[in-house]
Amino acid sequence: MSVTEYLSIAIGAILINNFIFSQFLGCCPFLGCSSKVETATGMGLAVVFVMGLASAICYVVNEFILVPLDLAFLQTLAFILVIAALVQFVEMFLKKAVPSLYSALGIYLPLITTNCAVLGVVLLNVQNSYDFLGSVIYGITGGLGFMLAIVLFASVRERIAFADYPECFDGFPICLISAGLVALAFMGFSGMKIF
Amino acid sequence: MNFKKQLKEGVITNNPILVQQLGMCATMAITTSLFNGVGMGLSVLIILTCCNVAVSAIRKIIPDEIRLAIFVVIIAGFVTIVDLLLQAFIPALSESLGVFIPLIVVNCIIIGRAEAFCQKNPIGVSFTDGITQGLGYTAVLVVMCLIREFLGSGRFGGGLIDVTKGITLDGTGTGIQLFNSDYGASILTLPVGGFLTLGFIFAAMQAALKKAAKKKEEAAKAAEEEDAA
Repeated sequence: MSVTEYLSIAIGAILINNFIFSQFLGCCPFLGCSSKVETATGMGLAVVFVMGLASAICYVVNEFILVPLDLAFLQTLAFILVIAALVQFVEMFLKKAVPSLYSALGIYLPLITTNCAVLGVVLLNVQNSYDFLGSVIYGITGGLGFMLAIVLFASVRERIAFADYPECFDGFPICLISAGLVALAFMGFSGMKIF
Repeated sequence: MNFKKQLKEGVITNNPILVQQLGMCATMAITTSLFNGVGMGLSVLIILTCCNVAVSAIRKIIPDEIRLAIFVVIIAGFVTIVDLLLQAFIPALSESLGVFIPLIVVNCIIIGRAEAFCQKNPIGVSFTDGITQGLGYTAVLVVMCLIREFLGSGRFGGGLIDVTKGITLDGTGTGIQLFNSDYGASILTLPVGGFLTLGFIFAAMQAALKKAAKKKEEAAKAAEEEDAA
């Protein structure tokens, strides 16, 4: 794959095919952890980190273990186990090596196992048959797109507190509606062609 | 617990999407045609029921510390089975749901039910819980599909119903065109529409639940006053 292809993977993952706003992957943490900008940033960082690592490891697992052994039908099972183990491992490693980052990410790290953006990116890597570098780039930039979306949305959400809306929209519904409006803004990127 | 009560809980008072707020991603992503909605709903129903029974059957021998890992493996196993079955027998559905079928593994509804319900309840009740919660999930998906399809492109039952062929299970049905699709709000068929439609359904549900609670409160108050008198 050429450099321009990598670049278009990256820009596509961040803006055009944003994981949340156009592919609906990772909506649960997106709606759950976006009430404050700081927590959103923490969650976003953790996701970037795990998505990049998971893409790399799952590529290796798929290419060198599952495909040669003709076990490609076990992909889902193998990937989710890799991700769960990876998250656990990253958690232990950070606790020992970088305690400051560990305390900043806090509870979000274990929650990432059930973030469908992580499993999603790994499965999409296989589906789109990206090579190793392509998979890692897609993983990291997909995470960056997630982070962009969640931080943007958190700052929108901090202002909703002062808005005047019908009572029955209180809580979750108003979040969904405003997420829809942010998604509408992101639609402006669709159809954008690079190179 | 009887079936009727569980059914009411699964579909209304403890609906997996509208009350427990779980499994949102797929709900918004795939509800673009009735075919997708029904297919996804039934797949989740089957997987949920199987996982519920399996988890409930081994609930007494799972060590507490690694229970989540065990749940995930059980769920991933059933998801793989359903995924392969769909690829073999309903390839059109597997094509149009794409990555969202394997993603049922991380759908919080299934692991949530395993953790909150099946761990503590016998097999029979867990089985019905899987069916009722699955029905609740399917019901919301179908409502979303109907709204998005009707308002977005003026159709009813895309993929599942055909004017000439009746019910089509291979996803080729064009649906019943109720009005010209040029007049539809096509934004509802786009990703944005998923967020908006679910937001409005949520709001309606909240309003309805609040109204019911208020009514109950008033009735209780009236009964109290009667007692006092």
